[in-house]
Amino acid sequence: MDRGLTLRDVTILKIGAPLLSLSRHIGPGEVLSVMGPSGVGKSTLLAFITGTLAQDFSATGTIILDGMDVTDAPAYQRRVGILFQDDLLFPHLSVGANLAFGLRAGGSKVDRQTRIDEALAEVGLDGFADRDPATLSGGQKARVALMRMLLSDPCGLLLDEPFSRLDTALRAQVRELVFARAKARALPVLMVTHDAEDAAAAGGDIVTLSPLH
Amino acid sequence: MIGRIVTALRSKLSTDVKTRHDHKSRCVLPVLPAITLLAMLGPVIAGLYGTILPAFGHLPAAGLTGPTLSPFYDLFDWAGLPRAVMLSVGVGVGATALALTIVALLTAGWSGTPAFRFLERLLSPLLSVPHAAAAFGLSFLITPSGWLSRAVSPAITGWDRPPDLLIVQDTWGLTMMAGLVIKEVPFLLLITLAALGQADTGRSAAVAQALGYGRLTGWLKTVFPRVYAQIRLPVYVVLAYSMSVVDVAVILGPNTPPSLSVYIVRLMSDPDLAMRLQGAAAALLQLALVIGALMAWRIGEAIVTVLGHRWIMSGTRGKIDPIVGGLALTAGIVCAFLVLAGIVVLGVWSFAGYWSFPDFLPDQLSGRNWMRFGPGTVEALGETALIAAVVTLAALALTVGCLEAEYRYGLRLSSRGIWLLYLPLLVPQTAFLPGLQTLMLNIGADVGRLPVMLAHLVFVLPYVFLSLADPFRAWDVRMGVIANALGARPDRVLWKVRLPMLLRPVLTAAAVGFSVSVGQYLATLLIGGGRVATLTTEAVALASGGDRRAIGVYGLMQTGAALILFALALIVPAIVWRNRKGLRYG
Repeated sequence: MDRGLTLRDVTILKIGAPLLSLSRHIGPGEVLSVMGPSGVGKSTLLAFITGTLAQDFSATGTIILDGMDVTDAPAYQRRVGILFQDDLLFPHLSVGANLAFGLRAGGSKVDRQTRIDEALAEVGLDGFADRDPATLSGGQKARVALMRMLLSDPCGLLLDEPFSRLDTALRAQVRELVFARAKARALPVLMVTHDAEDAAAAGGDIVTLSPLH
Repeated sequence: MIGRIVTALRSKLSTDVKTRHDHKSRCVLPVLPAITLLAMLGPVIAGLYGTILPAFGHLPAAGLTGPTLSPFYDLFDWAGLPRAVMLSVGVGVGATALALTIVALLTAGWSGTPAFRFLERLLSPLLSVPHAAAAFGLSFLITPSGWLSRAVSPAITGWDRPPDLLIVQDTWGLTMMAGLVIKEVPFLLLITLAALGQADTGRSAAVAQALGYGRLTGWLKTVFPRVYAQIRLPVYVVLAYSMSVVDVAVILGPNTPPSLSVYIVRLMSDPDLAMRLQGAAAALLQLALVIGALMAWRIGEAIVTVLGHRWIMSGTRGKIDPIVGGLALTAGIVCAFLVLAGIVVLGVWSFAGYWSFPDFLPDQLSGRNWMRFGPGTVEALGETALIAAVVTLAALALTVGCLEAEYRYGLRLSSRGIWLLYLPLLVPQTAFLPGLQTLMLNIGADVGRLPVMLAHLVFVLPYVFLSLADPFRAWDVRMGVIANALGARPDRVLWKVRLPMLLRPVLTAAAVGFSVSVGQYLATLLIGGGRVATLTTEAVALASGGDRRAIGVYGLMQTGAALILFALALIVPAIVWRNRKGLRYG
């Protein structure tokens, strides 16, 4: 089986007009950084991969994740994790409940609680399970969002300008954490970014998209 | 063009594929918009159809077959008709124009100031007071023996008995117009505030002021045209409603002759079925009047646009802004005062023992009125609450279903389609409800609670939809993307993420729907065939008797029933989300 994330002849169209084309394979633990001017359709590419393409857009091509063609699978069955520039923690759930939402169903109550506590400990947030996410600092929220996503046991990771809201000091720290966790789990990572420094820090290939037409 | 169709087809295909695994919700959800439109428009269309036939003399239930024009001849033979028509048109157009002027000038002169924020805070309670209760309160304030007259008698006026003046139910319908204005000002203000939130209006006003324009003139010249474009439909609703209102007209309007809508209701309630023919003819006339008034209003808009453009080109900076602004603020405060003080005076009357003129307060206050009328109100309250609860839940379910279908499948009403939402509110109630009643009579359907609920749904649905749509659409869809990516199915996202996050707007929409249902008079009276007694029908029925103590009890109960869910909509989210800072807005 061919592990990793493969985009085969993917073309994104806006109201029928091609926006971008991309054909790449990202191996386990590798990072592909996609750069390009705004409006070129970088985020739309990620929406195609997560299965949440907006009304005006359509796409052709194939998405293969760990050997499975997921192009037509519903969003909730694709096992593609995504992080945005905002943490997007569910504001009505505690930190622990946010993680529980991400954690795959199954296992006893005690087991699940243990996995959540371990996940928090892994990013230095021991004892944060009962906290209101709104009371966390930006760096803490980013870490919770990362762990929530990892607990859902994804086969690939998408990053949509994930660090652009963080200040410089935090930025390097969170970036390092995200890439380290992804590498530890041998996840293929596709990152969309404006920031050359992010792309350089990712250490993988860099694709610069330019508008078609 | 072809490319667009292909894309649409392709996105439809991919949607189908995406939802293939979603059998259960796929069956119901996509048809909910159609069911909703049917629930809203079906009764209106059926009612209009049921009006047209008897208007031309066709009423098989009474053994009458048409077509004939005699119902119209009978109607035009009625000596009171010209006056009834003038009342309908004059009061409707007058109340709408006055309320709109007050709201426009008030917002122009004061938005963003502490005085304006004070009025904003009063909005929810003002809106939830039912029209009938506000009308009773107003009449208890301004009759010759009312609270305002007592407040200044005999000290200033020298009156030791009420002066012989016809204020309430005056021939010109001025009091009726006032009763409508005090309720429509808060409604239009709310709509205006919502429109302000959508346009980038703050900076335009600031730029105008930097160019030397007065606050009020600058706002009118730069912001108002944009705001009016957004509030146009609600303004039309106010116009149609004010022209055809029944409960306020029964309480505050003249009797001889009454307004056209009240006359229609009288004809429809006549035991002689043949009177329904004339009633149906009058209902068609009412419809024609509203359509005519709406067209005239549109022409008025064009004229105001031309004049306004000329005014803008003249470059005048607004010398009399402070005076106009002061008048507008006064008018706004007077409206709020009349509604709120009206509720207070209803309360005083409900506890009043002997209360002679010109005493400001009764000799004694006791619970005796409540003991006497309490049991009756409790029964009516039960009926009111049952109907309102069922209708509100149905409206919420349909609304959430429509909005979710829009989110999942892109089944969105176009800007043209938004008209459909307003249509049940634009067709005068007195034009289609009598027809609906006649239709039910013809097909032998029973009057009673269930048909009343369906009739209420027609009016409740648009308000619930309009109230929930913006917050529902404003929800960050990336939350849904994240939840999907975490493996949550669309239904789970809706129930576990979206609705909990939207708890406050959902409850607010429920409160709006509930209060609209509580306030329904004509739908309950006509479709219930007089057998469904709610707080509103009971209260309005008391109007002719003039027992102020009974009216006080019923009016207060009616207001309480409408208000309670607004209170819950504030309290429940505050308690449920007390430890969730991210949801403690507003």
